[in-house]
Amino acid sequence: MVSPILPLTLDGVELRRAGRRILGPITLTLGGEGISIVLGPNGSGKTSLLRCMHGLERLSRGSLGWNRADDQVRARQAFVFQTPVLMRRSVIDNIAYPLRLDGVPAGRARRRAADLAETIGLAVTLDAPVQVLSGGERQKMALARALIRAPEVLFLDEPCASLDLASTAEIETILARARDAGTRIVMSTHNIGQARRLADDILFLDHGRLIEKGPGPAFFVGPLTPQARAHINGDLLP
Amino acid sequence: MTPKSILTTLAALWLASAAAAEELKMAVTTSFANSGLAEILLPVIERDTGITVQLLVVGTGQALKLGEAGDVDAVLVHARAAEDAFVAAGHATHRREIMYNDFIVVGPSDDAAGAGAATTAAASFAAIAGAGAGAAFVSRGDDSGTHKAELAIWQAAGITPGGDWYKSVGQGMGAALNTAAGMNAYILADRASWLNFANKGDLALIFEGDAALFNQYAYLPVNPAHHPHVKAEAAQALEAWLTSDTAKALIEGYRIAGQQLFTFNAVAN
Amino acid sequence: MNDLFDGLGQALRLLVTLDADLIEITGLSLRVSLGATVVASAIGLPLGAWIAVNRFRLRRTVIALLNALMGLPPVVVGLVVYVILSRSGPLGVLGLLFTPSAMVIAQVIIVTPIIASIAHQTIRDLWADYHDLLISLHATRRQRIVTLVWDARRGLLTAGLAGFGRAIGEVGAIMVVGGNIEHATRALTTAIALETGKGDFAMALALGFVLIALAIAVNLALHMLSGTERSSRW
Ligand SMILES: Nc1ncnc2c1ncn2[C@@H]1O[C@H](COP(=O)(O)OP(=O)(O)OP(=O)(O)O)[C@@H](O)[C@H]1O
Ligand SMILES: [Mg+2]
Repeated sequence: MVSPILPLTLDGVELRRAGRRILGPITLTLGGEGISIVLGPNGSGKTSLLRCMHGLERLSRGSLGWNRADDQVRARQAFVFQTPVLMRRSVIDNIAYPLRLDGVPAGRARRRAADLAETIGLAVTLDAPVQVLSGGERQKMALARALIRAPEVLFLDEPCASLDLASTAEIETILARARDAGTRIVMSTHNIGQARRLADDILFLDHGRLIEKGPGPAFFVGPLTPQARAHINGDLLP
Repeated sequence: MTPKSILTTLAALWLASAAAAEELKMAVTTSFANSGLAEILLPVIERDTGITVQLLVVGTGQALKLGEAGDVDAVLVHARAAEDAFVAAGHATHRREIMYNDFIVVGPSDDAAGAGAATTAAASFAAIAGAGAGAAFVSRGDDSGTHKAELAIWQAAGITPGGDWYKSVGQGMGAALNTAAGMNAYILADRASWLNFANKGDLALIFEGDAALFNQYAYLPVNPAHHPHVKAEAAQALEAWLTSDTAKALIEGYRIAGQQLFTFNAVAN
Repeated sequence: MNDLFDGLGQALRLLVTLDADLIEITGLSLRVSLGATVVASAIGLPLGAWIAVNRFRLRRTVIALLNALMGLPPVVVGLVVYVILSRSGPLGVLGLLFTPSAMVIAQVIIVTPIIASIAHQTIRDLWADYHDLLISLHATRRQRIVTLVWDARRGLLTAGLAGFGRAIGEVGAIMVVGGNIEHATRALTTAIALETGKGDFAMALALGFVLIALAIAVNLALHMLSGTERSSRW
């Protein structure tokens, strides 16, 4: 089932920071279901694009619109940041926090957080302060916190950047399951293998511009631009 | 902090400020407070009249200012000219003399300036000024009764004090004595403060006994016509007590190191 | 040096014999300073948090003002409060001058900028960490403040304690507005000033030692109550 807040439309979106254009202009429609993977070299604007879509950035030019009124839209999305935000609370309270904002009683919120932690394979002492977690465990915690409200659209900014192979596989399974349950996922990654495994379609960014967009399989078989070709082949461009 | 404990604290503060018995605020000079006589008189006043006297210990200038603003009910000071002006301006209903003590010249025990050999207070001061760099003098410099008495003596000696040897500290008697002890300097002090002072160091009594050193204390009840809230009746009761025979006996019986400090000289109405 | 040992001895003697005057002035010091700290916290903590999370036109001015007020000499605060509470001042009818309430008012003015300023810094740092997450989770303005204040509670406790430390050791303002009246407005610090004036350094030092002990005791008690030592991992 397609989420009622979709499609998301970007029309000539531009971001300027410190007198420099760091993103855009980008025009694109994000509809339907599945996983979109955002690819591109460092500094190409992946994080900026995701943040724009999620509404964390003020646009310098252009417009961005969801299918529904604004306050409906915000609560139905979630975002997993490139560096997980650690609240000064226990692991379980970090995960349960979004439910607490929704007014869910502490006990119930904690139980759901504990269940989710188990599903995700976050096998740590949940009452420990979140700061004791390893880098990979922090990523899983952040993912759990993003999933706990069962978002209809989920943005992930390099969620597997510091995970080992086993954990990466676990996360991919979770994401695939979420997609099958109808969650629309937009995710950036530098892991080409992961992109191949997950991508229903690809957004390829270079110097802030969206230079290629299309179904995943086709992209990996025959990328249209030399930049994309070099990126997936792992070439070092001059 | 819970809201409840905040309330409790506030309530406690409120209670602390809401007085139970009749309280009367009286501004007195540091020299009087330092004499220790207050500790003898206040409990007896409370017993005899039921009035709890709260003392505000300040310089004469500030004491009169407090009376003028109506922040105290009565004033007990020792600066004749200022008192007369205070009454003339209508801040007090009248001025009532209670008792006197005397000022003394205190200085380094070796008395290098020879101030102790003088026959008058003015001559004693002149000797100190004449010693130049050989002697230092600490002045209260705070517009207090003691400070005014000091200035009157300089005037009588025909000297305008100033220069390196003259240190105006702008503080109370105790602080000024501390400074004098630290610098081994001369200073004009009231006898009571001097006898009660614990940090004498090398200081000693150098000169005493001149009539110019006479120090009259007077009681000034704040004028209720200016400040309707002042406790005029209590102030009147206190005046009656201060001029009574009970007061006379206590005041003249008060001794430090075997010395009588105050002489009662109130005139009966 | 002798005075120091005399002072220590005297302090012990006063404490062991539970000297009535000592208990009275210590009680007043505690009541006034704790009261002022509570009131100042009630004003300063939300104010600091509010300045930290809200952008408004005079923000920089307010912050600069707070920092300037932190350095205000207590005597000046005392004088201003004195003039206002004096019988011939605008609030004279309240009859508050030379009462513990006046001392609390003066100390609130001295302490609030300190608490607000430290709270502002603490919350601002945490807000920088939490900003994206709280915006992303669509937390309301109120929820943001509550979350920040709760998660920054350790730093805020420090702010409160800094305020208390300043209040309990303050002499200039409460001397002026309290008047150092025996059995009414005499606090530890004003008593110390008095004993120093009398040249009784041993007694003054003894009271000083009691003051230090009191400040330490309050700090420990608050830390213990709030259990921050246990969660010092944050
Ligand atoms: N607030 C800002 N001010 C100035 N420049 C910025 C700002 N935010 C981002 N940039 C710049 O914009 C460009 C894109 O940044 P962005 O974080 O979107 O890249 P990215 O594709 O996510 O890179 P990476 O793969 O390293 O995460 C970078 O060159 C970055 O330095
Ligand atoms: Mg990035």
